[in-house]
Amino acid sequence: MLNDQGWLLSLALFFPLIGAAAIVAMPSGAEQAIKRAGVLFSGITLALTVAVMVGFDYAAAGELQFETTVTWIEAIGARYHLGIDGISLPLFALTSLLTFLCAIYTTKIIPKPGKPKAFLALMMLLQVGMAGTFLAFDLVLFFVFWEVVLVPMYFMIGMWGGPRREYASVKFFLYTLFGSVFMLVAFLSIYFVATDAGIANPWDIVELSEAAGIGSYTFQTLAFLGIFLGFAIKVPVWPFHTWLPDAHTEAPTVGSVLLAGVLLKMGTYGFIRIALPILPEGALRFAPLIGVLGVIGIIYGSLACLAQTDVKRLIAFSSVGHMGFVMLGISAMNTTGIQAALYGNIAHAVVTGMLFFLAGSLHERYHTREISEIGGGMLVKMPRYGALLVFVSMASLGLPGLAGFWGEFTALWAARSPAPALAANYSGLYLGLVIFGAIGTVLTAGYFLWLIQRVGLGTPSERWADEPLSDVMTVEWVSWLPLLALILIMGIFPVIIFGVQDPAVTNLVSFFGG
Amino acid sequence: MAIDFGAIAPELVLTATAILVLMVDLVLTDQAKQLANPLSAIGALVALGFTLPLWGDERSTFGGSFVVNDYAVVFKVVFLVSLLAILGISWRYFAESRFFQGEYYFLLLVSFLGMLIMPSARDLLLLFIALETVSLPGFVMAGLRKRDLYSSEAAIKFFLIGVLSVALMLFGISMMYGFTGTTSLSGIAQALGQWGASPPPLLLASLLLIIVGFGFKISAVPFHFWAPDTYAGSPIPVAAMLAVASKTAGFAGLIAVTFIAFEPFAGVWAPALGVLAILTMTLGNLVAMQQRDMVRLLAWSSVAQAGYMLIPFGLAVTGNAEVNEAAVQATIFYIAAYAIPNIGAFGVVVAINRRTGYRSIEDFAGLGGRHPFMAVAMTTFLLSLGGAPPTVGLWAKFAIVQAGAESGTVLAYVLLFFLIVNSVIAFYYYLKVVWVMWMREGREGMAPVTPGVNLSLVTAALVFGTVLLFVLPGLIADTTVSTDLVAGL
Repeated sequence: MLNDQGWLLSLALFFPLIGAAAIVAMPSGAEQAIKRAGVLFSGITLALTVAVMVGFDYAAAGELQFETTVTWIEAIGARYHLGIDGISLPLFALTSLLTFLCAIYTTKIIPKPGKPKAFLALMMLLQVGMAGTFLAFDLVLFFVFWEVVLVPMYFMIGMWGGPRREYASVKFFLYTLFGSVFMLVAFLSIYFVATDAGIANPWDIVELSEAAGIGSYTFQTLAFLGIFLGFAIKVPVWPFHTWLPDAHTEAPTVGSVLLAGVLLKMGTYGFIRIALPILPEGALRFAPLIGVLGVIGIIYGSLACLAQTDVKRLIAFSSVGHMGFVMLGISAMNTTGIQAALYGNIAHAVVTGMLFFLAGSLHERYHTREISEIGGGMLVKMPRYGALLVFVSMASLGLPGLAGFWGEFTALWAARSPAPALAANYSGLYLGLVIFGAIGTVLTAGYFLWLIQRVGLGTPSERWADEPLSDVMTVEWVSWLPLLALILIMGIFPVIIFGVQDPAVTNLVSFFGG
Repeated sequence: MAIDFGAIAPELVLTATAILVLMVDLVLTDQAKQLANPLSAIGALVALGFTLPLWGDERSTFGGSFVVNDYAVVFKVVFLVSLLAILGISWRYFAESRFFQGEYYFLLLVSFLGMLIMPSARDLLLLFIALETVSLPGFVMAGLRKRDLYSSEAAIKFFLIGVLSVALMLFGISMMYGFTGTTSLSGIAQALGQWGASPPPLLLASLLLIIVGFGFKISAVPFHFWAPDTYAGSPIPVAAMLAVASKTAGFAGLIAVTFIAFEPFAGVWAPALGVLAILTMTLGNLVAMQQRDMVRLLAWSSVAQAGYMLIPFGLAVTGNAEVNEAAVQATIFYIAAYAIPNIGAFGVVVAINRRTGYRSIEDFAGLGGRHPFMAVAMTTFLLSLGGAPPTVGLWAKFAIVQAGAESGTVLAYVLLFFLIVNSVIAFYYYLKVVWVMWMREGREGMAPVTPGVNLSLVTAALVFGTVLLFVLPGLIADTTVSTDLVAGL
């Protein structure tokens, strides 16, 4: 077996819990020490993650490594099955990196009402749930990690959020819960059908995938519908996206970064890891619908962005559009499409995570996020900050050479020639999807350029002309630089992500015969 | 006929403790009266000590009407642990208000004696006696705060509706005896099996009348009218007892009656109970959303919880042992998982209520700042009642969905759909309380929260249990899955 140090992966996964416990045990008066402890513990987690990345055998990225399999709940045959492959690795690394950067950011900038102790402890609990989702290879374990994320995020939005935080946090919680219980029903149906089909461990994602489709066509369709609801709400796919703009707008900066950077990715990851390989026939039936909803999301998200007056809400709606591209990639059901979706996932996490950092800092300085109140002249007033905003916006609108480009371009490319079974019946539809998707990229460019024109260019308005607004601070540089570097590196060398994923994706696609 | 004293040892211990407590109360005076509490707790522990060795046994005594098997033992353990927890939250509450302590503990123990008999009873008459032994002390305990009008109202309502439903049940039992010539559950099952496809309507009526008697005990809609007023008016520990232990006893009896005696007619009662499940959870949750009083909120939420527990009953199929076993196991798991956070939630209400009289949801404002431990505990309990991690409630919901998916019928998926919708509604009001505790500032000059050592320990133990069973649900699931209800016949 490859890399049999499964303990290392478990340690990297659960170390944040130790950190959270240690932080809770500290006296709440020692705020500076608590903030430093937050950086320390998330830093150690990141170091452990790096150790996993170093030990990872990239030549065999298609196989599960650092595997642990222990019986967990005997009554239902659920196992603690943890592992990592080329699809999980980038997402796991991203989770640890973003949490670490958020911890650094929190040392200087923490939203009202303060309380760094509770804030950091919740963030680390959140981290365990997020990372666990990407590493679990047992449906029950996956479901548990999936649900663990709800509570800390609810509190993060609820306690440190904006004025409408009660509405936003409850909406987030109830909406996600609604979808996840449907998902649970589908999981349990899969379990019983798989037991009848004679699969030894009917919860095991690997074994279920290798069975290459269990149950009747009707069963696959219905089970896919249940899973679809759970994942589509999380992604979010239009028309299930309505919780997202509220949650993003009201969440504190760190909450938004993690929400956009990791939480949304759990949905697309679930589609790729669970829904497609385990229910291939159901997936083929739903693929055109997923593609259509994805493209509607792209167009709708862009049009909604054009109508926004709040910078943060604009970025939130841009997420709906970007995730539309990811869903379009998935709907192609071929190797290129899955690659595009996973790449788009990471790129969106880095770029939009960074945009939310910028939006948060904008609010710290101007105390408003209304575009009209900020007025123009940011490039004059805060040249470095303005330049960063331009740079990241360019990445987000898909400028070639930066991270955002590859996911979108490849998704359109993949949808042009979808899986054979789809191409036979729906080639016209997919051509239409590509055309509308391409129009979406133009609209995306439109609203970002318009945003830059309104807040970046021109001269500062009278209200801000004499205000002493500080440019990018040291703590911001430290927490932002890794993301800025990634945007550039991923744009120039997309192979660093594509290459890691490739064997795993090829492996995965072979299960649904793309 | 020799009596198997080992099999009834837990019941005997509880009886002896009850009598002892009543007598000791006569001797003790004033402050010393509160010693009835630890005395009862010791009795419960000894009874627990006699119960655990029975695990794995198949015993039967009193001509087969009293059976001890794993099914019964699991319930007895749940009852005795609930008794210990309720004693824990009762101590201060009754010691400080200084009313009828000896009588209260005596009645409580007698009520639990009835509960211990319930899962072992395999005869309609013994079931009836057990049900009455649970209920009658309950009527008195609900009215213990004699000078409080609400408490008297609680007792009267409870009594009248209780007596009415018991009368209906007895009527049903007498007709059932007329049709089958026996009161033993397995005998009834045999006799009913001979009626085949076309039973006389009166037989079905008597069957439903017996179920109604239990429907009252578990406060299923439309037999729930007494529950909210009774919970709200009773002393809070009594409300916890009624909402958790007494309801569990009702389910223990209902499972035995439906899945053993009436199994041949599952086609009649399963859809009926399925509809009751939908009505119970939906009405319970919708009304709970409107509540401002914390005890009332918990009362209505416990009505809704009974609805979830009824879902597996709707799945039963005559002759399909696999589905029926799964249904029984799901209910048992849910009951066991539900007892811990629900007693805990009542415990926190007692802690807030102590010395202050606070009980509305508004009184919980700012609890996160005033008493973080109690706020964390209450949050954990509410999340568990709703079924979110990191709590055992997640697995409780999991068990119900599992039974539904195993059955796989259209009715099963309809029931699961209502479960999903209801768990969203339920979270709406649980989160409202969480919101008030953490995100709202308390009023100026609120009295401090002083739960006392005893209550804090019980609460901490229940929080620990709730989280531990989330990580290792196998601790309950691996045992409930091996319980075989029908084996001991």
